[in-house]
Amino acid sequence: MSQIGSFALLLALGLSSYSFLAGLVALLGKDAVSARLGETARRAGIATFAAVLLAGVVLVVAAFNDDFSIAYIFHHSNRDLPAAYKFAVLWSGQEGSLLFWSLLLAGYGFVLRLRYKTDQRLFAYASVIIASVQVFFLLILNFAAHPFGTMQGQLPGDGNGLNPLLQYPEMVIHPPMLYLGYVGFTVPFAFALGALIMKYPGEKWIHITRRWTMVTWGFLTIGVFLGAHWAYAVLGWGGYWGWDPVENASLMPWLTGTAFLHSVMMQEKRGMLKVWNMSLIFATFLLSMLGTFLTRSGVISSVHAFAQSSIGTWFLVFIGLTLAVCSFFLVANRDHLKSEHKLESLVSRESSFLFNNLLLLVVCFTILWGTFFPILSEFVQGHKVTVGPPFFNRVAVPVALLLLLLTAVGPLLAWRKTSVESLKRNFLFPAIGSVAVGGMMILFGVRPWEDPSYFYATMAAILSALVTFTVISEFLRGGRVIAGKSGMNLVSAMLHLYHRNTRRYGGYIVHFGVALVIVGILGQPFNKEVEKEMAFGDKINIDPYTLVCQSYTQDDNPNYGNEWAIINVFRGGKQITTMYPERRFYKASGQPQTLPRIYPSFREDLFLVADLYVVYEGKNETTGRPIIKAHLNPLVPWIWIGLIIMVFGTITALIPNAAAVRATAPAPVRAPAEVGAGD
Amino acid sequence: MGSILSRLRKKSVLRLFLGGAALQRCDNNPLANAASAAEVAPSPRRWLQAAALAFAVFAFLGAGDTDARFKDLGHRMMCTCGCGQVLLECNHVGCQASDKMRGELSAAIDKGGSNNDDLILQGFVQEYGPTVIAAPTATGFNRVAWIMPFLVLALGIALAVYIVRSWKSRPTPALTDGIAIPHGHELDQFRAQARKETDV
Repeated sequence: MSQIGSFALLLALGLSSYSFLAGLVALLGKDAVSARLGETARRAGIATFAAVLLAGVVLVVAAFNDDFSIAYIFHHSNRDLPAAYKFAVLWSGQEGSLLFWSLLLAGYGFVLRLRYKTDQRLFAYASVIIASVQVFFLLILNFAAHPFGTMQGQLPGDGNGLNPLLQYPEMVIHPPMLYLGYVGFTVPFAFALGALIMKYPGEKWIHITRRWTMVTWGFLTIGVFLGAHWAYAVLGWGGYWGWDPVENASLMPWLTGTAFLHSVMMQEKRGMLKVWNMSLIFATFLLSMLGTFLTRSGVISSVHAFAQSSIGTWFLVFIGLTLAVCSFFLVANRDHLKSEHKLESLVSRESSFLFNNLLLLVVCFTILWGTFFPILSEFVQGHKVTVGPPFFNRVAVPVALLLLLLTAVGPLLAWRKTSVESLKRNFLFPAIGSVAVGGMMILFGVRPWEDPSYFYATMAAILSALVTFTVISEFLRGGRVIAGKSGMNLVSAMLHLYHRNTRRYGGYIVHFGVALVIVGILGQPFNKEVEKEMAFGDKINIDPYTLVCQSYTQDDNPNYGNEWAIINVFRGGKQITTMYPERRFYKASGQPQTLPRIYPSFREDLFLVADLYVVYEGKNETTGRPIIKAHLNPLVPWIWIGLIIMVFGTITALIPNAAAVRATAPAPVRAPAEVGAGD
Repeated sequence: MGSILSRLRKKSVLRLFLGGAALQRCDNNPLANAASAAEVAPSPRRWLQAAALAFAVFAFLGAGDTDARFKDLGHRMMCTCGCGQVLLECNHVGCQASDKMRGELSAAIDKGGSNNDDLILQGFVQEYGPTVIAAPTATGFNRVAWIMPFLVLALGIALAVYIVRSWKSRPTPALTDGIAIPHGHELDQFRAQARKETDV
């Protein structure tokens, strides 16, 4: 089995190397021989996918067959591991996850090479660049992190098992989503670099990659949020974002990717920010690679990191090389990237995009800076310091609030120039609405002047309301115009409006989703928690709930043994649910794991949007009593609802635009003026 | 539909956004608990309760100072067990480090007024090393950690303003004698540009 896998990986390396070298040679020539060579390079790229797929399938089959002669399977699986998690073995260790990276890249390359007729020359450049990235990963897989290494000596009877933290349904989805995002940015990167190298005229490369970029961004968004939800549902500390270096690593390309999605519109519509867009997509790809490096090098301690290994050096060399190539072509071909238009007013959509990009990049820089500052500190001061949540919350949150302000303001500004009258007209309803929200918060007891976290929470609520009201007013305004022209009712008109410009209105829906996510985050200062040893019948009061310990029980299955607490939850004297927080002991790995239980309160009260979050922490060794910790986390469900709305907005933004509706009311026709006549 | 509307009338719309958050801020406070216990009360009572709550928050401001200090300091330190979490958020099963540290923190706070927050943190640094503090201190080289993001923001704003100004001052194409009327392909290009810029 391992020999088939090893052979497949070697074959893939040979094919992708050929695809890269032959493709490169073909691009240098312009004769018929070069064209034929280019075609063989394209086909070798397609065949690479088949070879990497074979290697991936072999590893998964080995996991299902409990083939512990393969060291990777021994270290990451065991006989009694459920089937879904055996599939997840593919990405749960260093070598397997690199194989998965390579497989996804080969998959993206496969689709790209099949669609080459869109623009053969540009696609040939992109194909060569993707092949170069593929070669890098296959080199690592063959020579530094081989997933098919075999066990020496007598074969073990069972494996070490999968890390308990990964034995959760979301772990079967979260890494693939995140990887689809990370790897997917290779495609727009390849097109951008290709277009720069060949001095591709116009903005067609942006049109070609627009959907790739949005799909990739969507995957990364889902991946990041699923990671947050996994942390919330599995780690049991009651939070969803710990500013861990690896969490940060996933957020950084998301931020630059978001900046790119916005600024690229400037290039499409006004022929501006060409150098900037190139730099942004290069940065996004490099930050994706940096994230992969951070997880694998051991350079920064993180709860997510794989075992330390030497492959960090490989990544550093590759990142350095990529940076050098990108910088060289940016400088060498800078004349090709000159802006075509001038800015006509400071109060314009162009300015708002520029500042939006600036703020996104400042947040990105802050995260990068905070992530690497411990290394810098060790270098300068001789000792590491911790850069944890207090730093990021203090520095990134104010900038993120400014960003939220621009999210609200930007859509109301016109391209080129916005008049004061139109600003007043467009802002009136959203501004009044958001100020009213702030007033209501103060009226109901939130004192923003008492504590910075309350201040930020209030500001976030006001600005989220501003974003929401802006989106509503944009839909209403456009809908009314169409309704007036076509005679449709307002709802149909707004739907038609959406369908006529899915990208714009899908984007607004994404903005609305972001506002909801912010609302979810702003509940954090108001979290409550109570920890108590609980004997039978003992109570925990966490307003408005009372938790009563009914009993404890145990269970056992081949994979793990577990202890449960049976907690009845009362509200207003009435039992509303029973919760079963759990602690497991995984037999193969010998590791314990707590599994909190979460009760979203809107099940029984639509307007109390909070999570009751109960953790079985273990037993007090002295008294033998179980320790239960209860959290009440207000507003958290909005984060996940916001994500669903963001994904919905992204998907609808991918739908092709519909044709404009015909006006039913005939417009008065005038005779055309005699323009230019009589001079 | 009718029942939803009547439900809507019974509840404060604010809770849609706050999730009862305002009520949770004073969880040590008996008045607040009394106010929040009556979740399903009709609308006028809710307003009264909200007013009582607002008063209670104001009146009992500063109550539970020790708890607040414990919470604040506990969130400014990291657990040293290797979990990488803030001290009060470590839920590492059977974590010896966080239990010990929490005990030490409580004892330090109980010592009283002369033992201020900075001294308490200093004590932990001496015992556990500088990585126990969850964020860089505002001293020495660590200041750079705090300054740099805002410096980059300021430089970025200055650069953006400069770029916008330079874009604005770009020369517009000079008018030639007489206006050339676009026709055919040239006119199509203008139309395409107009469509791009107006999003229709």
